[in-house]
Amino acid sequence: MRDLTMAYGTFVLMRDMSFTINHGDVFIVMGGSGSGKSTLLRHLIGLNEPARGDIFYQEQNFTRADPAQRQQILRRIGVTFQSGALWSAMTLAENIGLLLEEYTELSPAEIREVASLKLALVGLKGFEDYYPSQISGGMQKRAGLARAMALDPRILFFDEPSAGLDPISSRLLDELILDLRDSLGTTIVVVTHELASIFAIGTSSIFLDAESRTITASGPPKDLLAHSRDPKVRRFLTRGEKEKS
Amino acid sequence: MNQVTFDRVDNDILLIRFAGSWRLTGGLGSSSALDRELQASPPVARVAFDTQGLGDWDSSLLTFLTRVSDVSRQRGVSVDPDGLPGGIRRLLDLAEAVPERAGARKDLSKASLLERTGAGVISGAGSALEMLAFLGNMTVTFVRLFGMKARYRASDLFLLIQQCGAQALPIVTLISFLVGVILAFVGAIQLKQFGAQIYVANLVGVAMMREMGAMMTAILMAGRTGAAFAAQLGTMKVTQEIDAFTTAGFSPLEFLVLPRTVALILMMPLLCLYSDFVGIVGGAAIGVGMLDLSWTTYVQQTMQAVRLTDTVGGVFKSAVYGVLIALAGCLRGLQSGNSSSAVGDAATSAVVTGIVAIIVACGIFAVIFYVLGL
Repeated sequence: MRDLTMAYGTFVLMRDMSFTINHGDVFIVMGGSGSGKSTLLRHLIGLNEPARGDIFYQEQNFTRADPAQRQQILRRIGVTFQSGALWSAMTLAENIGLLLEEYTELSPAEIREVASLKLALVGLKGFEDYYPSQISGGMQKRAGLARAMALDPRILFFDEPSAGLDPISSRLLDELILDLRDSLGTTIVVVTHELASIFAIGTSSIFLDAESRTITASGPPKDLLAHSRDPKVRRFLTRGEKEKS
Repeated sequence: MNQVTFDRVDNDILLIRFAGSWRLTGGLGSSSALDRELQASPPVARVAFDTQGLGDWDSSLLTFLTRVSDVSRQRGVSVDPDGLPGGIRRLLDLAEAVPERAGARKDLSKASLLERTGAGVISGAGSALEMLAFLGNMTVTFVRLFGMKARYRASDLFLLIQQCGAQALPIVTLISFLVGVILAFVGAIQLKQFGAQIYVANLVGVAMMREMGAMMTAILMAGRTGAAFAAQLGTMKVTQEIDAFTTAGFSPLEFLVLPRTVALILMMPLLCLYSDFVGIVGGAAIGVGMLDLSWTTYVQQTMQAVRLTDTVGGVFKSAVYGVLIALAGCLRGLQSGNSSSAVGDAATSAVVTGIVAIIVACGIFAVIFYVLGL
């Protein structure tokens, strides 16, 4: 059972957020601009310390873990940043290879093989020796995903995966995410406001509200659309369409 | 030319007529007439518009109408938009669709001197703390280096060595030669009065070896390499590459800062020695060219004057300066904000911090060497 429970509050930005992410979920974090979605993500992956509260990965307290335990947990998660965040001084293969070098005993030739495989999975076969600056933004995002998958993580985090992608690429990325979930059993956490993706792949979600600074709704996106009483949530999910009376 | 006239209809309706061409190039129209009309008695209950004589229009008309709308709302006067063309009405609706979020407007008032001083001290204390934390973490990282446990790429280190060492030679040559020439020239003028021009060799030799070689090279490298480190790391911060290192379980200090510091520690002493040598050559150029000394005399005099402790002291100082430059550059880079101007500020701050640190270290060394009798 993979539970990620969070109970925390950050007085300035968000308060008293508690939620659970289950194994195999495609968990969506949504909310309007400035509602703190990306900050929440940063807390989950250990880049920010919560002012109060704890984050658990499978019963292990991530917030209070010592560096060695923290490392262990970080090894099992992968993060795709908004613009890919590829290390610009290294080629795509080296980007992925760095993680493999560090955490496995594979030989350089084997590392290259695995890196090629990861790139092929995201549709970038042949681009192993390109530098990030030499490929387009959409390709950088996919390469970032390939790197996040390098060690076959149990949980994958996505920060605005569809930002800057055309609708077709966005749809392909959605399908890729579902494939990963189905074939590798990866739990997926996505921070996004792309409605198409939210409904297409989301199995569970939370809605962050900028004004009340907390979670105002949670549950599967389709349920929220059908049953939610909160007007902001409804407006977000229907893209502000006027209700038919 | 934009024209606006005000008429009263039915005693409590103010009819505003627009005529002519309303364009931004023709100005925005004056509100004083509007205020006067709204204040005149009997009190106005409604504002209406007539645009029959209106020619082409753009944002200038829209701005004027927004003013009318605001002032009317303040006075509790209703505005009847029927007389306006459809396009203008839609734009007005759009401008008023999203009400101002409470608390969103920035408070531009300047805080009092006391407040600003207090805020300055608090932020100064905060940055001092950050610097201490950084130094502490770097010390731990160095310990890991000696324990062979630090993780970084050797290829990065070699590239940095090339950038900090070999590629810096041309400018170090130029500056050091010039410093040697200047020292010799200024000294010569004074010493010639006593017929003691041979001692120019002593002056240049000792000055370069003890202080000037290390210091000029350090200041030069602070500007050249310290700023580069800050810009590199600052840009990496903006593109989230540093976050990517952290989430992948790598320490940015080990992976990025450590190789840079090691590269400078290795290269600075070599550059310092080279600078000393070139400076002496510069002095010799003056000695031979201006003071009619022979090369051999100059060299022999230099060798007599300079002691081993001078040279070793200078080289040691340069290594320390190297550490300071690297740490200043990397710290400012990691502290950089998220915009392009912030990266520029980080680079500037790196150079200033580096130079200040070098001068302070120089002073401390002067005292220590004096006390130790070196």
